[in-house]
Amino acid sequence: MDFLTIIQVLDSTVRLATPLLLACLAGLYSERAGIFDIGLEGKMLAAAFFSAAIAAMTGSVWLGLLAGIAASLVLSGVHGLASITFRGNQLISGVAINFLAAGMTVLIAQSWFKQGGRTPSLIGGGRFNPIELPFAETLSTVPILGPIYSELISGHSILVYVAFAAVPATWWLLYRTRFGLRLRAVGENPAAVDTAGVSVVGLRFAAVAICGVLCGIAGAYLATGLQAGFVKEMTAGRGFIALAALIFAKWRPWYALSACLLFGFLQAIALRYQNIDLGAFTVPVQVMDALPYILTVVILAGFVGKAVPPRAGGEPYVKER
Amino acid sequence: MEKMPTWADAVLVPLISLLLAAILSALVIIGIGEDPVAAVKLMVQGSLGSTYGWGYTLYYATNFMFTGLAVAVAFHARMFNIGGEGQAMLGGLGVAVVCLYMPWPHWSLALIFATLSSAVFGAAWAFLPAYLQAKRGSHIVITTIMFNFIAAALLNYLLVNVMRPKGSMDPATAKFPETTHLPTLHDILEPFGIAFSKAAPANVSLIVAITACVAVYFLIWRTRLGYEIRAFGHSESGAKYAGISPVKITVVAMLISGGLAGMMAINNVMGEGERLIMNSTEGAGFIGIAVALMGRSHPFGVFLAAILFGFLYQGGAELALWTTIPRELIVVIQALVILFTGALDNMVRMPLEKLFLLFRKGDA
Repeated sequence: MDFLTIIQVLDSTVRLATPLLLACLAGLYSERAGIFDIGLEGKMLAAAFFSAAIAAMTGSVWLGLLAGIAASLVLSGVHGLASITFRGNQLISGVAINFLAAGMTVLIAQSWFKQGGRTPSLIGGGRFNPIELPFAETLSTVPILGPIYSELISGHSILVYVAFAAVPATWWLLYRTRFGLRLRAVGENPAAVDTAGVSVVGLRFAAVAICGVLCGIAGAYLATGLQAGFVKEMTAGRGFIALAALIFAKWRPWYALSACLLFGFLQAIALRYQNIDLGAFTVPVQVMDALPYILTVVILAGFVGKAVPPRAGGEPYVKER
Repeated sequence: MEKMPTWADAVLVPLISLLLAAILSALVIIGIGEDPVAAVKLMVQGSLGSTYGWGYTLYYATNFMFTGLAVAVAFHARMFNIGGEGQAMLGGLGVAVVCLYMPWPHWSLALIFATLSSAVFGAAWAFLPAYLQAKRGSHIVITTIMFNFIAAALLNYLLVNVMRPKGSMDPATAKFPETTHLPTLHDILEPFGIAFSKAAPANVSLIVAITACVAVYFLIWRTRLGYEIRAFGHSESGAKYAGISPVKITVVAMLISGGLAGMMAINNVMGEGERLIMNSTEGAGFIGIAVALMGRSHPFGVFLAAILFGFLYQGGAELALWTTIPRELIVVIQALVILFTGALDNMVRMPLEKLFLLFRKGDA
């Protein structure tokens, strides 16, 4: 494998890790506040469709992004209503949201565009186009560092940079602000937060809303950045890989970045090489597909450090017992 | 004091939830510019209007009975088995192994061993998540989701690289031999002089599914193990105090659940497909969640809910055939049923409880 190939694989790693990272951080906010969210997949899918649909109709990708975020926020609202207001089962609500998005996107796509559940291909301003960082062209001749800068770091769409910037931002918000402290506390011991006179319901809704916004960006990136338009079931389990990455990262932002890069790398390898020949035996492509899930089970089993979720996760808060 | 009479809890709450889901579904149909009344008429006509329609409705219902029971048994132990899909895939593998690699003189023998094999394969796929939940505290929902994806990758590998017959491009096994083909409802009902559609896939597995419903009823309410499962589901600490082992109940309940999900394969793989293909489960493992929620985890409720979903599935296929409404409408209805009967349960229950309390005060 020569240097250029490595750069190319890493480049597609960055691309493929971006939606995972955004969804993973989305789940991080929600679960740190004590709301389990297995509906990441559905929210991404809804956002992917609405961003592509609005971008196709208006020709503006920014309006598309807004529409995607709005769609994701609506589903977040449903999740919040079910799991915070009516104290329902958060897991069941997440399952319902996934199916709702899977069905509604195709129904509406068929009704609006009549192209068998897809949107028209996006062209020109309907997509997020790559951004050339300054001097990328001139520096590309510099050995080693030049290609790394011009190929790997430069030339991604704006949402990729947003996703990577969201990692330190999340860290800062969660560990260096009052809001972050309260958000983490509400996931560990909501009664204590309530005693301090801070609204548990308000904090949890805020967390679920942030989760909605990030899932919205993730979905919009899928349909308008990574690909040019929406196709049915285009999230293809990415919401669940993000969930796996979240557990892998043990609910911490910087580890989430490494976990998502790892899983993005696995996807990039699986895309580029069908079966990997290791001399003695070949690794079939299906192993690469299944690897994120297998790794997560191993982590969950506690063989490589124990993954302890936020203590109050999954339990509705009842103010008075 | 009971807040509500039992009948209201068991019948009224699910009915109102169902009604809400139906109203929203109708609004969705209006929203995409179609007529809900005409759509329902077409669905009823297509799924219940002929023995052909009934044959498909009952075929789907058979799948959903197995997966619904699987989710229901886990619910009784307060576990959420979201892995029915993967367990059913592995069940299909169990059926394929029995049908392909062993000679069978008669379908009845083949059915017995295929049922056992599918149950063992499904249960085996549920074992690891159950064991990890019981021993290492890893959340069963996450592990079963992961196992669904791993099952899909495993099946993909086996079908493409191992079980695919030579010269075939299709990722599927060879056709099962003639002697393992199950009699359809047409074959069963013919001796009684009842003419049933020959083309419909409903088969003898339906009887196995109904038997499974009865068996699960006896297991949960008439045996010691069932009592232990329910006790564990109500209160883990209480069950522990009574000398019930949490590890044992978690693992056993999940093995039964996985086995039931796996048994679905005798219907879709052995009865209908007569060979193992990719995605033969068609999401039935997930519909089991909706079926169990609607059936209130009671085998009779699961039976009724499975038939309702069978009707929805066949009706949805007819809609997709004759109108421009895509099949995904069923996925939306399924989502709404899960949302209202599962997650938003309290939205219906809380006002209803208040209403009943009001009436009771009036009596006093």
